[in-house]
Amino acid sequence: MTGTNHLPSQASTHPSAQPLLQVKNLKKYFPIQKGFFRHVLGNVRAVDDVSFFIHEGETLALVGESGCGKTTTSRCILRALTPTSGQMLFGTPDATRVDLAKLTRQELRPLRPQMQLIFQDPYSSLNPRMTLFDIVGEPLLVNGMTNRRERVERVAELLRLVGLRPEFMQRYPHAFSGGQRQRIGIARALALHPRLVVADEPISALDVSVQAQILNLMLDLQKRMNLTYLFVAHNLSVVKHISARVAVMYVGKIVETAETTELFALPKHPYTAALLAAVPVPDPRVKTGSVELKGEVPSPANPPSGCYFHPRCEFAVDVCRREAPAYRERSPGHFVACHRADELKLPGIA
Amino acid sequence: MREPMANANPVVLPLDQVVKSVAEERVSVASNWKLVWWRFRKHHLALFSAGVLILFYLVVLVPDFFATYDPEATDAKLSFIPIQGIHLLDGARISPWAPAIVGKRNAVTLKMEWQVDATKQVPLHLFVRGYPYKVLGIFETDIHLFGSGSQDADAKVFLLGTDRLGRDQWSRLMYGTRTSMTVGLVAVALSVVLGVVLGGVSGYFGGWLDLIIQRLIELLQSLPTIPIWLAMTAALPQDWRPDQVFLAITIILALVGWTTLGREVRGRFLSLREEDFVLAAELAGCSRWRIITRHMVPAFMSHIIATSTLAIPVMIINETSLSFLGLGIRPPAISWGVLLQEAQNLQTIALAPWLLIPGLFVILAVLAFNIVGDGLRDAADPYGH
Repeated sequence: MTGTNHLPSQASTHPSAQPLLQVKNLKKYFPIQKGFFRHVLGNVRAVDDVSFFIHEGETLALVGESGCGKTTTSRCILRALTPTSGQMLFGTPDATRVDLAKLTRQELRPLRPQMQLIFQDPYSSLNPRMTLFDIVGEPLLVNGMTNRRERVERVAELLRLVGLRPEFMQRYPHAFSGGQRQRIGIARALALHPRLVVADEPISALDVSVQAQILNLMLDLQKRMNLTYLFVAHNLSVVKHISARVAVMYVGKIVETAETTELFALPKHPYTAALLAAVPVPDPRVKTGSVELKGEVPSPANPPSGCYFHPRCEFAVDVCRREAPAYRERSPGHFVACHRADELKLPGIA
Repeated sequence: MREPMANANPVVLPLDQVVKSVAEERVSVASNWKLVWWRFRKHHLALFSAGVLILFYLVVLVPDFFATYDPEATDAKLSFIPIQGIHLLDGARISPWAPAIVGKRNAVTLKMEWQVDATKQVPLHLFVRGYPYKVLGIFETDIHLFGSGSQDADAKVFLLGTDRLGRDQWSRLMYGTRTSMTVGLVAVALSVVLGVVLGGVSGYFGGWLDLIIQRLIELLQSLPTIPIWLAMTAALPQDWRPDQVFLAITIILALVGWTTLGREVRGRFLSLREEDFVLAAELAGCSRWRIITRHMVPAFMSHIIATSTLAIPVMIINETSLSFLGLGIRPPAISWGVLLQEAQNLQTIALAPWLLIPGLFVILAVLAFNIVGDGLRDAADPYGH
């Protein structure tokens, strides 16, 4: 991979600067309804008290197993879903901060161009009945670029930017492979010069041979356009190459956040260590970590007592079963939610 | 996987590869409707059935042109004439003719008995002059597709025989085709409007509105249809003109028949609401109206057309049954059901079995619609990945 030597600007380089996005105590509960009158039986706590921040130009990776709430978190930030509670402070270019959580549909529309999404599935995310010109040009059209010739020029420019030929404009998505479709999706996301790009597992549906190409494209675009990425992924191996910081999620909560190198070398949460142990190492002589995950991910509708991870944790003690651990900063920039974070020596990978 | 190269050098390709890439290019820029058509085209039976339907609807447009005699003209002396066969060849020459028939009263039963008079031929011609009519209510003419061209009583040709009042069944069938096929089309068009609007509201907005509309659909579907039709048609005033009755019957059929379509549309809206490309449009800042009209409705339009095509034959059968029972279209208006009413008793069937021929038309139309609908349904989603 050629993009590995380039790391986006680190968060620690401008600690005083206001983050582009600050999420505070975000919660998204889905009510479980039953019966004719749809009375509420309980809640699925898909996102349960999540806080993090992203600086401009930085990449934050959000990692967790499927069903841990990482996609729900990203959809809340884009306001495809309305959060149950919490704040999402977004820094607009004129240095004011708006709380995305409180905006109505009408108030959101002028902000939409500033945050865009790259989808996981390059097949379902492109309307099969529209040509590339219509797909990539639609954000331009609905945001005021009504002149067709102008749009044609801009779409051609965007297609070139993502490595596609402008002549493809008249084609329909069915003419393209998965990797090419993902490039189209990226072109559409970048059409309006967004400042925050949420990438929801953008490479997990692609062939391994194409994954690296798309990752490198994303890194390249970030450098050129000073993009800020929230990169959602379900394994850590991908994340190492693209993100400055990593947040690990487990059953709706963030359990650990740290700079990528630190998190990989010195994980402080047993769950992070278990995920790291699952990263394949292409060297038969290297013995991978001893931490193994047993059991199933608990249901967010009926989570266990205390620390949600305790039934699967080999280091669990009494207090883990009784009390939920606080999410605290244990060393500069390293946040952990574990009762035993300071005493455990967990294996990382270099 | 073929990734594009931004500045590939021009390469001279062998001819077969050029041909292949031209074909690929054609697929690349093919719109949804083109792909649907290409796939439908492969279903030969459906294509043939579509041809049959086109013929039916030509008759719907100008029934008089295909009719040979005025369908209302009665002649008690010409009742219950059986089918006269058409002969295509006169010697070695292609010149269609029909044998003349003569009636003889049976001395015992006092019934008219019709016999072929082999000595006399009635020649048939194309584009002959007959009774005057108006094409689409605009201009008047008296040209008919074919006929004997003579008003002479013993030079008449009754292609499918005559009924109890001596009316030409072929001509009446052409008129019945117009009524019955139109009822099907109009009733389905009305139920599509009802189904798309109510199903769309139900699926897109959800909540209490969805709950109410779904319970209404369940209520309508749990009612036995025949008594409902009976009640509603019985409520129609007896002194309404035939065209008013016709309109009322179509509305009644549509009011009961929209529920399946409504369910289908609701389901499509529910699943499309979760589609990634709809979310992408939302995030791009599209208005609700644009999302519905540009992204959601085109996505299920072909399915709706397929489902409606399958709904038309049901409407035709419904109309036919209602009219057969004397509750739908009433004489003097003519529909397939009205024609079949003539064949309601055993005596008629035994003595004049040709009066059952309208039933064959019903079967033909229903089969054709079903096959075309099946072909459309298979072709409706050409992407399937």
